[in-house]
Amino acid sequence: MSAPRSQNGREDFTEILRLVRPGARVLDVGCEDGELLELLTREKRVDGQGLEISPAGVSACLAKGLAVVQGDGDRDLDHFPTRAFDYAILSKTLQQMREPRHVLSELLRIADQAIVSVPNFGHWRMRVSLMARGRMPETRALPDPWWSTPNIHLCTLRDFIDLCRELDLRVDACAALSAGKPARPIRPDGVFENWRSETALFLLSRRPEDRSHEAPTDLFGEVALPKPEPAPRPRGKRAKV
Amino acid sequence: MDAGADPSPESETGGGTWRFPAGKPLRLDSGATLAPLEIGYKTYGRLNETKTNAVLVCHALTGDQHAASVNPLTGRPGWWDQVIGPGRPLDPQRHFIVATNVVGGCMGSTGPASTNPKTGQPYGLAFPMITIADMVRAQAMLIEALGIETLFAVVGGSMGGMQVLQWAADYPEKLFSAVCIAAAPRHSAQNIAFHEVGRQAIMADPDWKGGAYEAAGVRPEKGLAVARMAAHITYLSEAALQRKFGRELQRDGLSWGFDADFQVESYLRHQGTSFVDRFDANSYLYITRALDYFDLAARHGGTLAEAFRKARGVRFCVLSFSSDWLYPTAESRDIVRALNAAGCRASFAEIETDKGHDAFFLDEPLFDAALRGFFASAALARGLG
Repeated sequence: MSAPRSQNGREDFTEILRLVRPGARVLDVGCEDGELLELLTREKRVDGQGLEISPAGVSACLAKGLAVVQGDGDRDLDHFPTRAFDYAILSKTLQQMREPRHVLSELLRIADQAIVSVPNFGHWRMRVSLMARGRMPETRALPDPWWSTPNIHLCTLRDFIDLCRELDLRVDACAALSAGKPARPIRPDGVFENWRSETALFLLSRRPEDRSHEAPTDLFGEVALPKPEPAPRPRGKRAKV
Repeated sequence: MDAGADPSPESETGGGTWRFPAGKPLRLDSGATLAPLEIGYKTYGRLNETKTNAVLVCHALTGDQHAASVNPLTGRPGWWDQVIGPGRPLDPQRHFIVATNVVGGCMGSTGPASTNPKTGQPYGLAFPMITIADMVRAQAMLIEALGIETLFAVVGGSMGGMQVLQWAADYPEKLFSAVCIAAAPRHSAQNIAFHEVGRQAIMADPDWKGGAYEAAGVRPEKGLAVARMAAHITYLSEAALQRKFGRELQRDGLSWGFDADFQVESYLRHQGTSFVDRFDANSYLYITRALDYFDLAARHGGTLAEAFRKARGVRFCVLSFSSDWLYPTAESRDIVRALNAAGCRASFAEIETDKGHDAFFLDEPLFDAALRGFFASAALARGLG
């Protein structure tokens, strides 16, 4: 490849760094060795918290002095309070979750905005590889064979937009990412983007502007009781959000 | 022990016994008060001018204040020498480290072996019941007496970790950071069960004499040794025992009797007999009871997160060990979830080791790295440089 690669091979980091407001409270779900959190802390002075499942990743984060919880994005998001963060980041790991729909919904309960990047299975390389070889594509974005890939819930750009719509999420920004190239802002529902974008990065928020945290007033001007917290849902059987 | 751990002039060691005036009694959870109150303590390093570098180290069930200096009773090195010392995660050249003996203990703090002012005799069972919160309240009195308003960190493992949690619940405004290692937010049925075995062993010893053994000039050594043997098994893991001893014999061939044929038997017997030389049986009863009574959530309407509601400004680090079956990782996870739910800044790691509960006394590189990383970032945030 002739194009210069970003140093870490994580071109999404550059775009995330651009999107995050300085001094924000950030939760990085699946933060691995804390590289992104460290970058955000250094460059944007964020108040960062990581969630990471691998002991090696957690140790690396602790050694860097980052706040990190060893835990599972599929299970442990439920324990964070509502709107505890400005941003929840899930970088290229949504497709590795057992319940991506639940995770996405939780991200936007915990944080005001979510930054989510997903590899696009609708990218032309995937389609051509599958068409020509008749086998599960192994591309530079998704290099593992089917039997060892951690990516158990792959989707296309269009699939992801459908899920956002279903969860009533608003796409505030979207960029196509390609190894070694600068991020390219795109309209996620653009006809050709589902072919062209290797990885897509989204800035998401709840739609419409969520004001449920502000106590509504009733007719007599008295402050009404806030809505009770929804009861915890049994795992695997999710009520409509 | 490396030679570097000897305190240098810059990292001096201090301490002794702090005696509170009788007019300043310790108010206990049971409703009773304790006066006079003495707290045995040690300090390592110096309090800086801004008084921002103080660290309180809380000990486990049978620990004491001699965390990083030779124990005068046993002649053995401090129980946390691998954590406290020059170049260690807690460094007397940077931190002012305070270690206390818990109230109810037998290493200089007022406990059942202390003299009851009403009778002039040792308290024995007349000593009031104490709790983890009582221990912490006494520590807070000492910390205040030492002129420390805010602790840079409170840190401890096992029962020490429970004290850390209690500190976070009762004195969050006095804490900058808190490190809870291999602990639990409550004592489980299994924890209580093991302690009951130990207590019954002590009380079944005819030399216990209803707790008044000292006046009779005897000590329930057999009972206390058995209590220690049973408890010690819970501090290890099956894998560690197997690796260390397997079925190895003490000498060639079986004795065809009840001598200590197996090395593991001999090891446990040694643990038991060496323990009775340094620990008071009644203290063991009282402190195990304090642990059994510990249930932090119960003190906060049954919701653990409520205990940490006021601790949002405290930086937490929770560590567990994968092979700890006394306070398994699941208990630490409960703590972390409650901290998250309360909106506290928390780090949590499960350290992979086969050494069981007592791994926090041992040289575990991952544990060491976690502590270093956490204290380094907390120091930076605290401006300790």
